[in-house]
Amino acid sequence: MAGTSEPHPPPVILLDNLVKFFGRFAALRGISASFAPGRLYVVLGDNGAGKSTLLRVVAGLMEPSQGSISLLGAKRIREVAPRIGYMGHAPLLYDELSGMENLRYFAGLYGIPDDEVSRNAMRMVGLDPDLPRRVGQYSQGMRQRLSLARAVLHDPELILLDEPFSNVDVHSARDMAAVLGRVRDQGKTIFVVTHQAALMEDVADEFVHMAAGQIVSRDEVVRKSVNVGSMR
Amino acid sequence: MTTLTVTRTTLLKDLRMEWRSKDAINSMLFFALLVVVIFSFAFNPTAEESRMIAGGLIWVAFLFAAVVALNQTWARELRNQVLDAYRVSPAPPNALFLAKAIGNFLFVVVLECLMTPLFVIFYELRSIGPVWQLIVVALLGTWALVVNGTFFAALSIRTRSREIMLPLILFPISIPALLGMVDATTSILTGEATPDFWIKLLAVYDIVFTAICLMLFETVLNAE
Repeated sequence: MAGTSEPHPPPVILLDNLVKFFGRFAALRGISASFAPGRLYVVLGDNGAGKSTLLRVVAGLMEPSQGSISLLGAKRIREVAPRIGYMGHAPLLYDELSGMENLRYFAGLYGIPDDEVSRNAMRMVGLDPDLPRRVGQYSQGMRQRLSLARAVLHDPELILLDEPFSNVDVHSARDMAAVLGRVRDQGKTIFVVTHQAALMEDVADEFVHMAAGQIVSRDEVVRKSVNVGSMR
Repeated sequence: MTTLTVTRTTLLKDLRMEWRSKDAINSMLFFALLVVVIFSFAFNPTAEESRMIAGGLIWVAFLFAAVVALNQTWARELRNQVLDAYRVSPAPPNALFLAKAIGNFLFVVVLECLMTPLFVIFYELRSIGPVWQLIVVALLGTWALVVNGTFFAALSIRTRSREIMLPLILFPISIPALLGMVDATTSILTGEATPDFWIKLLAVYDIVFTAICLMLFETVLNAE
């Protein structure tokens, strides 16, 4: 935890009794939690624990059935949409376009006219911006990297990532985890839903465990001889 | 970032993707071509008879062909769940709708430009009324079809049998517009009546339904 004597910064995410029903099935069962800025949270849990649903509700892709969310100080997620980055379980990319064409389009949605921003995002995840190949011909690992680039393209303060390492080889996954660590060090708050906790051990600040639609425990990662507060 | 900018960006992206895949235009062309040829052999009308039935024939062919393209409008956005990327962005929802509607309008206009000469040849069509009025009717009628079609295609994307749902919802609501298109076209081709009333009806229909679609699209986009 960042310097205990320092005043606590306002939470990036504040969840108050969050409930989400799908028909009669409750995917989220009264989650109340707050998450501080500048930290990397890893959300773990079995299939059906509600991890992806929680992420989609926080991203504004689903309305909660009950309860409320405050995101970056706003009650309406739409108001803070430019400050949020979301990477879904699916790549959220057009197969018919090249990597740069995809990023250029999504940059346009955030009012970013400068091509260099898209090129830098591609370089950051280890992809060549001049690669003319269409995304449909990318390997799974390349798609995931590009999807990460799309999510962080507009320099969001809060980044929500759903299974970013699925179908990615270990080497690429480690590279992606390192990228996330660097992004967190720039003061961003990151939520990663994953089944591969081991990949995140070196960079995570907190592991959030979910089961049956609830947060059952939160384990902070304590690193030896590192003054975390002074690093951020 | 304005609605206009995002509309333009999204439209250019859609046109680029269609240029590469030609999914919509090929399926529309093939369908419309079948209608022209089959009806021509089935009825073998004289020039006079053609003028009487061509209005209905042309618009029914374009309506059915447009449905084929409209069904594909949102398919690209559903693949890889790309629509979620738009929904989490601050881009105005109406910009997406306008881009899709304009894109479909352009695809159907291209289809009309390619198919009209074939209609003229196969049905020995010659307009007695002014041709410029046919162009006005074509533009207003095409917009009437695509604006509702784009909206209802969005409405049915989360349904299991969306390809059946779209015509089921679209055709009944398009009846006033279809009536206007067919009667205006027949009036112009035969020169027997003035199409003014039908053109005004189409213009009002376009304005009303464009406004309704724009008002409701955000709700449709964010529906679970």
